[in-house]
Amino acid sequence: MSSTTLSAVRSWRPSLPRRHVPVLATLALLLVMYGVGVSQYRAFSNVQVVFNVFIDNGFMLVVAVGMTFVILTGGIDLSVGSVVAMTAMVSAALLRDGLPAGLVLVVALLIGPALGFLMGCAIHFFEIQPFIVTLAGMFFARGMCTFISDASISITDGFWTGMSQERIGNPAGNFVSISVLIAFAVVLVAAYVLAYTRFGRNVYAVGGNAQSALLMGLPVGRTRIAVYTISGLCSAIGGILLSFYTLSGAPLIAVGMELDVIAAVVIGGTVLTGGSGYVFGTVLGVLVLGVIQTLITFDGSLNSWWTKIVIGGLLFAFILLQRLIGIRFK
Amino acid sequence: MNTVADRLRPLTGHRLFWPAVVLVVMIAANTVYRPGFLAVEVKNGHLYGTPVDILRLSAPLILVALGMTLVIATGGIDLSVGSLCAISGAIACLHISGAADQNSPATVATALALAFGAALVLGAWNGVLVSVIGIQPIIATLILMVAGRGIAQLVTEGQIITINSGPYRAIGLGSFLTLPLAILIALAAALLVAAFTRRTALGLIVESVGGNAEASRLAGIRSRRVIFLVYVVSAACAAVAGFMVTANVSSADGNAAGLWIELDAILAVVIGGTSLAGGRFSLSGTVLGALIIQTLTTTVYAMNISPQTSLLFKAVVVIAVCLVQAPAFRARFRRRRRGGVEPGPAAPQREKEQVPA
Repeated sequence: MSSTTLSAVRSWRPSLPRRHVPVLATLALLLVMYGVGVSQYRAFSNVQVVFNVFIDNGFMLVVAVGMTFVILTGGIDLSVGSVVAMTAMVSAALLRDGLPAGLVLVVALLIGPALGFLMGCAIHFFEIQPFIVTLAGMFFARGMCTFISDASISITDGFWTGMSQERIGNPAGNFVSISVLIAFAVVLVAAYVLAYTRFGRNVYAVGGNAQSALLMGLPVGRTRIAVYTISGLCSAIGGILLSFYTLSGAPLIAVGMELDVIAAVVIGGTVLTGGSGYVFGTVLGVLVLGVIQTLITFDGSLNSWWTKIVIGGLLFAFILLQRLIGIRFK
Repeated sequence: MNTVADRLRPLTGHRLFWPAVVLVVMIAANTVYRPGFLAVEVKNGHLYGTPVDILRLSAPLILVALGMTLVIATGGIDLSVGSLCAISGAIACLHISGAADQNSPATVATALALAFGAALVLGAWNGVLVSVIGIQPIIATLILMVAGRGIAQLVTEGQIITINSGPYRAIGLGSFLTLPLAILIALAAALLVAAFTRRTALGLIVESVGGNAEASRLAGIRSRRVIFLVYVVSAACAAVAGFMVTANVSSADGNAAGLWIELDAILAVVIGGTSLAGGRFSLSGTVLGALIIQTLTTTVYAMNISPQTSLLFKAVVVIAVCLVQAPAFRARFRRRRRGGVEPGPAAPQREKEQVPA
C-alpha cells in the first residue's frame, strides 16, 4: 500500500522520463546552435540552409540509422565507411562497363548486406568481438575499392545524373534532392521497425542483456546477425546516395566516416553499451554534426579541423551526460 | 603418426608457434619470388637490405603495439594512438621549425621533451576518462581519436611542416653500430616494458586487473591506478612512434602521420596471441605480430600493388588469425575431426593453463 502512495507522490513531480534526457539535450543543443547561427548570420535563417544540411548529410543519415541498430544491440560496426565507398565504387565501375542502371542498383545493394551478414555470422557463431570482425570488414571493403580502381570513376549514366539533379521544391524556390526523400523513408521504416515490431523489441532486449534475452527464448543469434545485415544494407543505400551526390566513385571517399557516424549516434543519445536509444535521436545527432559544419562554413575564419575538435568535445559531453544519468539511476 | 603429433605438441602448442610459422612462410615466399630479398650489405657503416628496411619501418608499429598490449591486457583498447603520433610529431616539428638552429641538439631535445610531455597529458586524459569516470575504453579513446586529428592540424595550421634537422632525422633514419637507430629504440622500449612487467609483479597486476578489475580491487590492487597508468604508457609509446614517423620524412602532416596505426597495432597484438578480452598478454608475441604486419606490407609494396589494396590482405590475415584463436571455432573444428582420433585436451582450457613466459 505504502509503495503505491510513494510512487503516486513521485509521479506528482513534473519530471522527465530519464531515458529521454539525452535526446532532449541533443534537441536543445541543436536549437541553441541554430539560434546562434541565425543571430550571427543573416542568411542563416534561410530555409534552404536547413535543406542543405539534409542534402549534404542524407547519405550519412542512412548509414547512422543502420549503425543505431548495431549499437542498440551493444555491438559496433567499423566497416560502414568502407562499405559506403565500396558501393559507390562498384556502381561507378559497373556503369562504366555499360550495365543497365537497374541491374547496377540491385548488385550494389546486395554486396553490403552480404558482407554484413557474413560479419554477423562470424560474430555470432565464432564469438569473435564485433570490433575485430568489422575491422576486417573495413580492411576488406577498402581494399576492394582500390582493387577495382586506383583512381576515381565518374558516372555519366542518365538515371544517376537524373537522380542527382532532380530538385523537389516549393514555389519559394527552396528544394531538396531525391536522396533526402530516400533518407527520410529509411528513417521512418527504421523507426517503425524499432518501435512497433517484434524484431525491434528483440534488438533492445539483446542490447539490454543478451544473456537474459537468450533465457527468455528470444532469437539472440538471429537478431545479432540481422542488425549487421541491416547496417550493411544501410551502408549500401548510403553508398548509392553518395554516388548520386558526387556522381562518381572514389577509392578514398568516406575515410573515417564510421567515426563520424558513431559520434552522431552517441550524440543522439544512444547508449554505447546497448539497449537504450532512438532513431529520432540519431537524426538529431546527424543534424548537430551538419549544423556544426554549416556554422564553420558560415564563419569562414575557422578551419575545418575545428569540426573535429568540436565533435570530439560534444562526444565527451554526451558520454559524460549518459554516464551521470546512469549513475543517478543506480 | 599420433606419437609424432604428441611429441610435437609442446612446440605446436606454444603461443608463438603459429605466428612464427606465418612469418617464416612469408619470408620464404618473398625469397622465392625475389631471390635478393634476404641480401644484406654494409655500405658506409650502414646496413642495407630489405630485412633491415622491414626492421626499421616496423619500429613505430612495435612501439605503439607495446603500449597497446598493456592497454588490451587490462581489458581496454586505445584508439587514440594514431592521433597521438600525429600530435607529438607535429609539436616536435613545430618547435624545431621555429628554432634558429635546427641542428642544435638542445633544440631537438627541447622539442622532444615538449611533445613527450603533451602526449603524457593526453594519455592521462584517456586514463582519467576510463579509470575515474568509468567510460568504456573504446569510446573514451574515440574522443581523442576524432579530436586529436583536429588538434594535430591545429598545431600545424593545416600545413605540412618540413624541417631540416640532422639530429631529429636520426631518430628515424640514423644508425648506431651499423644497426638502424629506430629499431634499437623500439628494442630498448620492448626490453624496458618486459623488465617492468615480467621481472616485477607489475605484469601480474596488469593481468589480474584485466581478468577482473573489481576482484583485483578487493584483493588490494589499486585497479584504477593501474588502468590509468597503462593509458599513459600507451600515449608515451605513441609519442615516440610519432617522432619516428615524422623523422622518417622530415616533416609533420597532421592528417597522414600515424594514420591507421591504431588498427595495425591492435592487429599486431591480436596476432601475437593477446586476447582482446584482457587478462593475459605476450610482449614477444606483439613484437612478432608487428614484424608480420610490416613484412606483409613490404611484400605487397614489392609486388607493385597499391598500398590501399594491401588492406585486402590484412583483412584475410585478421580473419584467419581470429578464427584460429577463437575457442568456438576450434571447438567446431575439433568436433568435426574427432571421429576415431583420441579426444585431446580442449583448446580453450589449455590456453588458460599456459603461464605467460
